[in-house]
Formats: sequence, C-alpha cells, structure tokens
Amino acid sequence: MTDDRIVPVAMPKWGLSMRLGKITAWVVGEGDDVKVGDDLADIETEKIAGTLEAPDAGTVRRIIARVGEDVPVSGTIALIAPPEVTEDELDTAVLAARAVIDAGVPEDAAGEAVLETADVGGRKISFAGAGQDGDLVLLIHGYGGDRNSWLFLQEPLAARYRVYALDLPGHGTSAKDVGPGPEDPGSGDAAGSGDAAGSGGTLGVLADAVTGVLDALGAERAHLVGHSMGGAVALTVAVRDPGRIASLTLIAPSGFGPEINAGYLRGFADAQTRRELKPVIGQLFADESLVTRQLVDDLLAYKRLDGVDEALHALTDTLLDGDAQRGDSAALLAATGGAVPVAVIWGRADRIIPAAQAESVTGAVSHLVDGAGHMPHMERPAEVQAAIEETIARST
Amino acid sequence: MARTITYREALNEALAQEMERDESVIVMGEDNAGGAGSPGEDDAWGGVLGVTKGLYHKFPGRVLDTPISESAFIGAAIGAATAGLRPVAELMFVDFMGVCFDQIYNQAAKFRYMFGGKAVTPVVIRTMYGAGLRAAAQHSQCLYPLFTHIPGLKVVLPATPYDAKGLMIQAIRDNDPVMFFEHKALYDLAGPVPEESYALPFGEANVVREGGDVTIVTLGRMVHTSLEAAAQLAADGVQCEVIDLRTTSPLDEDTVLESVEGTGRLVVVDESHPRCSIATDISALVARKAFGALRAPIEMVTAPHTPVPFSNALEDLYIPDAQRVVNATKTVIGWTR
Repeated sequence: MTDDRIVPVAMPKWGLSMRLGKITAWVVGEGDDVKVGDDLADIETEKIAGTLEAPDAGTVRRIIARVGEDVPVSGTIALIAPPEVTEDELDTAVLAARAVIDAGVPEDAAGEAVLETADVGGRKISFAGAGQDGDLVLLIHGYGGDRNSWLFLQEPLAARYRVYALDLPGHGTSAKDVGPGPEDPGSGDAAGSGDAAGSGGTLGVLADAVTGVLDALGAERAHLVGHSMGGAVALTVAVRDPGRIASLTLIAPSGFGPEINAGYLRGFADAQTRRELKPVIGQLFADESLVTRQLVDDLLAYKRLDGVDEALHALTDTLLDGDAQRGDSAALLAATGGAVPVAVIWGRADRIIPAAQAESVTGAVSHLVDGAGHMPHMERPAEVQAAIEETIARST
Repeated sequence: MARTITYREALNEALAQEMERDESVIVMGEDNAGGAGSPGEDDAWGGVLGVTKGLYHKFPGRVLDTPISESAFIGAAIGAATAGLRPVAELMFVDFMGVCFDQIYNQAAKFRYMFGGKAVTPVVIRTMYGAGLRAAAQHSQCLYPLFTHIPGLKVVLPATPYDAKGLMIQAIRDNDPVMFFEHKALYDLAGPVPEESYALPFGEANVVREGGDVTIVTLGRMVHTSLEAAAQLAADGVQCEVIDLRTTSPLDEDTVLESVEGTGRLVVVDESHPRCSIATDISALVARKAFGALRAPIEMVTAPHTPVPFSNALEDLYIPDAQRVVNATKTVIGWTR
C-alpha cells in the first residue's frame, strides 16, 4: 500500500501456525466510522473464532474480503481512509489487495512454528517463540490451557519483543506429571525441599519449568506474563530469582483472595464428554459464542492424553482448599519486594476469579477490561497487549 | 498436534505404546513376524499391509507369527484373553471371518454372560475391510453389520489417523472383545496425531462437519466420501452436518438424533450392502425416535446388494462416491409432499 493515507486492515495472524483466515461476518459496513478497538469482523481459523478489532480510527471505505472466503494471513481485507482519498485511488488499492487474496497462501509461507523442548528435572517442557529482536517476554498460561492460549497476542507482541510461550507441566505437549500436589508443611513428603516460594509442591514444579525454559533460551532477564494459575507461577519464579525478572503482568491471577469458581476447576477436570465440557468452558468467556466446536474438541483431545486426568486433579487440589483458593499470591508479591513493575489485568465479567480481587494486588497498576471474562487475552487482546507493553516500558 | 503420520503408522504407534505400557499385550497373526518358513526377523513383514512392522524387534517373544488357520489362532487369542493376556490378533481380511465365527460370536462374545460376569475377554481382532483394491468378491467385503448385530462384541471403524490411534488404545484397554475394522484404502491417509498415548471412548460419534440443512451419518472410509460431497454441496448453498459414528457397537444414538432434530433431514452413507446394514439401522433409529423432526424421507447411499465385482469399471461403480451422496442429499433437500 503506497498511499499512507489509506490504512489497510489485514488478516491477523492468530497463533503461530495460522496461514489462512475466513471472515464469517462483517460487523461494519462501507461508510461506517470506526475508533481504534471497535469490532470490525468475525474471523474464523482452523483453530478458533474471534473478532478483529480496528487497528486505526477512520472511515471504512472499502470491504474487500467476502464472507466465507479464505484470506492468507496479512492479506488486506478492508481499507480505512479519510474522505479526501478518491474512489479511483481506493480502486487501485483494492485491485492490489484482491490479487493477494486470490493468489492464496504463498508456498513458502511459514507453517507450524518450530516447537522447542527442554528437559527440566526429567520433564520434557515444550515452548515456541516468535519475534527476533527486543526483550524476552515469556507467556505462562493458566490451568487447562497451553501455549496456544496466547494465539491472539504472541504474534502482535512479536513485532517488538522476542515472545515465547510454554506448555506448563501437565499441559499441551509437555510432560504430564505435575508433581506432588499442594505444598503442605504438615505432610512429610511434599515439604522436604521447600524454600521460600513453594518448591516442594506442584506450584514449584510449574515454576521450575518456567526457569528451565529461561535457561534453555539463555535469558538473563525476562518479562513474565502469567494468566490465572500462570500468574501465581510467575510470582513464584520472581520470588525465587528476583534479579532475573524485569516485569510482571498478571492476568486474572490466582491466589489474591479466597473466592474462586471451584465448580469450574472440578468441572473441567471431571468432564469426560463434549456435552459435559462445553458448558464448563463457556464460563471462561463473557461471550460464550467464542466456544466453538473446534475449541471443545481440542480441549477434549488434550484431556484424553494419558496422564492429563491425574495432572488436572492434582492441580485442582493445588489450587483449591475446599471451595476456596489455597494459594497466597499476595504474600508472594510482597516477597518480591516491589523491585519490578507489576500490572494486573482483569476482565470485569470474570466468572472464575472475581475481578474485585484486583484490589488486593498491592502496588500494581490495575487494568479492568470491559467485555471480557476470565480470558481477556482472548476476548480483548488489543487492550491486553497495550497493558503488557506499558508494563514492559516501565521496567529498567 | 503438529505431527502428521499415516493411518498405518498411527495403528503401529498405538500397538507399540500399549505393548510398552502393558506387558500382557501381545500381537499375533499371519505374517506379523515374517511368514511361514522365513528365517524370522530379517524379513518381518508386519502383516500383509505392514501395520505391525517393526514390533517384532521391539518386543521379542510378543509378536507371534501364526499358521494360516484362523479358526486356530483366533481361538487361541480368545483363550489367551480369558487367561490374562491382552492379545491383538490380526485376521487379515474380514472376508475370512467365516471359518472362525464360532470362536467370535458364540465364545468370545458370550463368556461374560455365560460365566455370570466373572470372565472377561480383552481381545482385539483387527481386520481389513472394504472395496477398492481390485481384490474381488472374497477380499473386499465390509461385513461390520454382521458383528454389530451380536451383543457382547464392540465394533470399531476408525476413519482418520487420530481416531485409529485413540480407538486402538481404547480397544486394547477395553475388557470386552473388540472387532477393529481397518479400511485398506485408508492406510496411507495422513493426519495430525499426538505423539503421546490417548484413548478415545467408544460410543462417541464425531461431528466432522457442522451444518444446519441435512444430517449425513456415515462411518469408515465413507466419512471422506461424505465430506467431499458436503464440500460440493456447500458451494450450492446446502450445509451438511457430517457425523462419523466411529463405533457401531456401542452406538452414539444421541448425537445422531440431536443432529436430525436440528436439520430434519437424514442421509446415511454406508459402504456395506443395503439390507440389514448400518444404513438401515440408523434409518430405523431415526424413523422411530426422531420421526416428528423429519421433513423428508430418509435416503440411504450404500453399495448394491451384490458381491463386490472384480472388473475395475464395475468395482468403481459399486463403491458409493461423492456424486451419489450429493444426489441423495439433493433428493432429501428438494423433497415435497
């Protein structure tokens, strides 16, 4: 696009393996004025359905990609331009964009991201990265998630940073053994090797995996972004190895109050069929239409891997004490001594851990996100990206 | 699930992983380990189409080459299962099942019932089925309806590499006799398969394509034929929901009925003969339990009621193809009283 008054709206890359996307519905029409972050179109990939947000403000002058058509990643699907751009100029831009869409995915297009693995204490840990330059950012998913939980964020962040996402033990393609369950000083077997931040329990095993990935990447310093249980894992790492962590972004982190939707955790661990799993997954989102058949199928395929059932139940026991949260993330945060910038991001419509717990995250910049449940990084990725970048920028 | 392997490799991996996990799992069959008179491992064939290749080396003494006597070795496998092993016996072609039918339907299928629930028979009988290999009438049949008819047997027909691995692992872990049907034409089909072990439960159909206009219920190789038809129909604006039954015993009635309740129209695509088949079984199920939802008569797409022809041209006509599925679907969509 040579005319810089014309802003192309590109097919996003959601997930490292995405090559094609399909518009399932246009939310806007030609002539509509949009603000940054407004919903433009519903897009479906092999993996997921999502809504594309406007990259820039202006008037949608042309819609190029038709509903149902396959568009290669980064292909221009619409044009935003001010009124002074003429129809002829727009037509020229449309022709160029149309040619890209019609050409399909180039043969040499990046396919599946290279999956790397590290051996951490005898456990295979998988991770995958994007981006060449800049600070290292490590994304840590929550209970039942995996590195693909970040598919709306990893590529956009990779424009400025080296961004890696890992599969915690018990998840994705990493080893499924998550260790002994909750650290309990009262029980002999789990407490033996404990230091300040829970190395005796399962949370310590998960933190070991994060440290192991940082080691494998040769990272002296990294920014950690942790979601839910991954937030508590990030804090554990920060307490153990304070000099190594440059900033902490905690998305709906666990452990900042007693309240939690224990039924969700147990329901996810116990669900055996699509019928049982689908309503459980729905609780994650403000907009349950994000729960596609593909998402449920992928989660079911994960749950059926040998060892996952045991892992999820061990994690449930680690996270829950009765129906309340067992962990104390506030104590972990205090133990970090306020050395690095901390931000907390919470979806106002979170039905797993109430957003009110954001108030307990002392010393953190707090971002409450409208229109998002427990997965703001999937439901409102642009806002979450901005918050992460702001946190990283505050580090020294 | 980045890794892609074939249906054949997926089955091999399932066998290898279960043999690794559980010492009581053994493999037996004709040419599984080399063939009669062969010097042994150097010329191990891995079965007639190579599914068990390499296992002989990995698991010494646990891959047994059998004589060409199905009545003997299927009987032996069933007996070994009652005595504590978990044999996976390969009965090359389902067409040969006749010579060992007593062992299967009157012994293996009945033990749990005849011995008051005290006997279990965790045997898997792997077998190839289906037309398309120019192998004529005695090596091309489907026959899975025969086994579906018999209580006490579980009947499994994976359509994809992912399902082949997960259903094989479940078959081996299952405590009942399992008839495991592998379509000859699917062995080279590639697809994503996790490296780790996983078991897919029996009795859970897979909705392989969602759509609101018509339900296509199918299984085995015909899943791919039906998907091809559904893609063509989508271009004409007809949205098909394609259901892969995966197992005919147990049968996932709910997924079929719920889909037809939504679409009001049913096409059943089954490679077996039309009489007393999965096509008639599903049609009867829907006619009885979802009659009120039906907006058109049910259509069946099956092979004709003839032996599989040897002539290439006739065999091609014999096997249901996507065009026939498209035609049947259009009949159902266009039906008016």
